[in-house]
Amino acid sequence: MDNQACLNDIQPGQRARILELLSEGSMRRRLLDIGLVESTEVECIGRSPGGDPSAFLIRGAVIAIRSEDCRNIIVRPC
Amino acid sequence: MGLTNSSTGARLAELGLKLQSRDPSGQVIALAGNPNVGKSTIFNNLTGMNQHTGNWPGKTVSCAQGRCLIGGRGHIMVDLPGTYSLMAHSAEEEVARNFICFSRPDAVVVVCDATCLERSLNLALQTLEITNRVIVCINLMDEARRKGIKLNLPLLSRRLGVPVVGVSGRKKKSLFALLGAIDDVEFSSSPLRLKYCPEIENAVSVLEPLVRRLPDIGLPPRWLSLKLLENDETLTAELKARFSGYGQELRLALAEAHAILSAEGIDALRLKDLMVSASISMAAELCRGVVTYTDPGYRRLDRRIDRVITSRVGGYPLMLALLALVFWLTIEGANYPSQLLSALLFRIQDMLTALFRALGAPEWLHGAVVLGIYRVLAWVVSVMLPPMAIFFPLFTLLEDVGYLPRVAYNLDKPFKRCKACGKQALCMAMGFGCNAAGIVGSRIIDSPRERLLAILTNNFVPCNGRFPTLISILTMFFVGVGSGAADSLLSAVMMTAAIVFSVAMTFAVTKLLSATLLKGIPSSFTLELPPFRKPQIGKVILRSIFDRTIFVLGRAAAVAAPAGLLIWLMANVTVGGMSLLSHCAGFLDPFARLMGLDGVILMAFILGFPANEIVIPIIIMAYTAQGSILELGSLSELRALLVSNGWTWATAVSMIIFTLLHWPCSTALITVYRETHSRKWTALAAAIPTAAGVLLCILFTAAVRIIG
Repeated sequence: MDNQACLNDIQPGQRARILELLSEGSMRRRLLDIGLVESTEVECIGRSPGGDPSAFLIRGAVIAIRSEDCRNIIVRPC
Repeated sequence: MGLTNSSTGARLAELGLKLQSRDPSGQVIALAGNPNVGKSTIFNNLTGMNQHTGNWPGKTVSCAQGRCLIGGRGHIMVDLPGTYSLMAHSAEEEVARNFICFSRPDAVVVVCDATCLERSLNLALQTLEITNRVIVCINLMDEARRKGIKLNLPLLSRRLGVPVVGVSGRKKKSLFALLGAIDDVEFSSSPLRLKYCPEIENAVSVLEPLVRRLPDIGLPPRWLSLKLLENDETLTAELKARFSGYGQELRLALAEAHAILSAEGIDALRLKDLMVSASISMAAELCRGVVTYTDPGYRRLDRRIDRVITSRVGGYPLMLALLALVFWLTIEGANYPSQLLSALLFRIQDMLTALFRALGAPEWLHGAVVLGIYRVLAWVVSVMLPPMAIFFPLFTLLEDVGYLPRVAYNLDKPFKRCKACGKQALCMAMGFGCNAAGIVGSRIIDSPRERLLAILTNNFVPCNGRFPTLISILTMFFVGVGSGAADSLLSAVMMTAAIVFSVAMTFAVTKLLSATLLKGIPSSFTLELPPFRKPQIGKVILRSIFDRTIFVLGRAAAVAAPAGLLIWLMANVTVGGMSLLSHCAGFLDPFARLMGLDGVILMAFILGFPANEIVIPIIIMAYTAQGSILELGSLSELRALLVSNGWTWATAVSMIIFTLLHWPCSTALITVYRETHSRKWTALAAAIPTAAGVLLCILFTAAVRIIG
């Protein structure tokens, strides 16, 4: 699929839907717990002054995630 | 060992939790909820206790309990740590789940966030799997109203089959509804149950009939079946031991259930994913029709603020500016009351002296009590109280609004470069108030390595006990002792520079530790940025003055009195023609000179081990005891005293360096030991900053001597 991206590719203001989590272990569970299950819509809200981490609106809450972890979150921009 | 009362009791005690003796008619009520939904605020308002609250996730790091009188019955409220789920993935989740499972509270109040209902309901659904005795309490209704979020609570209550109460935890009155619900609740036997996908339901239906035939341990068979299926490590061992007589049967049934799952391609990992997804999508479905957003732009203001305070250009300068502003308000505001207090307290000293003379008390008694104990106490109060009474509330205000998580967000990148966690910034911020609090606060960091980094480096940021020392020395030697607004602005800027230096040291030492003793890679990290909340200004001021300022001051005073006596004795007991004080100071002097200090200053730091607040008063005591006794009313007189004892600007710089970098106070060190259970790390927590301070002081002094 060509319109598949990771969460890092989502620019501030852009939205995307979760396709798959590649993270493992405790991070996977943490991400699921905060609601990042398949087909959840997320929106990138902004980036920290250092360019990383980025903040995302996930099910009504704003959560910051580091770029290393965003790489393992596969999304489809919408 | 099974799930008997004694074994679970032991387990809870291990987790630091022991239920208070209970009123026979009272009930045990647990408060559960996501992090930062205001559980602690509700808990405080119900029990009249003062658990520290703040607008950032992870404030409650252990279970607190308190009594609450409802309808004449004394209930015990237990504030569980904030968790997103009860899957027992983390220590907090395990504590929360085990309490609900094994301590059998009479009711579990699941506190939800009205502005983020969907995620909160996830936890409510998971709690309902374990017990029917659930009350859903929707907190922050006032915030929701302001954001134009409408909630249909009766509909939610019908869907869930449990009582749903809306409250605004910060307003005590709104909690009456919750009290009422707790008091006369009748739990339905068939509230809403989480439903899973057909494959999981089939597997459960194989296990459940068997589990029903097993000895009843008071937990729902369906939930036990799910946990067995999931092979939950923390539970399965105990469950299997409990059901040991049925081992063979259970094994067969489990094998059959797992076969059903694997036939559908569901392995252990996929099973967990599916289970979490089920509760999350069910929560989303529950919210449909319950939550209405009347203002689609309800987040606009938060976003605008965030865009400014976390912006690439403005983020860092704004942080510094805010810090400087806080210091400026503290210095400017403390100036006048400080002078007033010291004038008053020294007038009282004169009166005490007159009283002692009039009573014909012996000179040594007057010396020990008035010149020793009272004078050091007076110094501590007049120097410490005003800045603390201003700094603590200002800082608590920033905390209450929700600025601190933004600091962690802004500083995560540099911390990651040091292979640490951005949440260390939160511990650092707490350290400004009190290093012991910062060290306990490091529990919010999940990775043990990163937590240890936060603990070992916490002392690099100066606590409130060290601020007055820093402020007075900076003011005396680098600003001038006038009291104009421009002068205090300059003091504030210099103070901010000192803090920037201490933060830079934190980064440097964190990086050094990550490269040597605590090697590792930065772990994964999620940080919630909570919505900004309107601060409760009046309450913040009252709380921080009464809870924090008086507490810290009391501790300092408790230490200052004996220290004052000790110093007076040392100055007045002579051995071989010289006072003990001169002996000690003389002994320390050669080494202290190497660091650009003198024997008296170093001794004051050593005697200040129980509380940093008393360092300056001890120095003054020691100097005045050695020479002529001065009446010290203001900073200019203090400066004259110091200069007459050989202080120069270089002494002042060394003093500032050593104030920022030396051993933690006794309370902080005890806290390090409690948190790490290791003598090695406790010793290092003391050795690292001391070594850094001694080294920097020696280098600085050498450089000054070479240049000058």
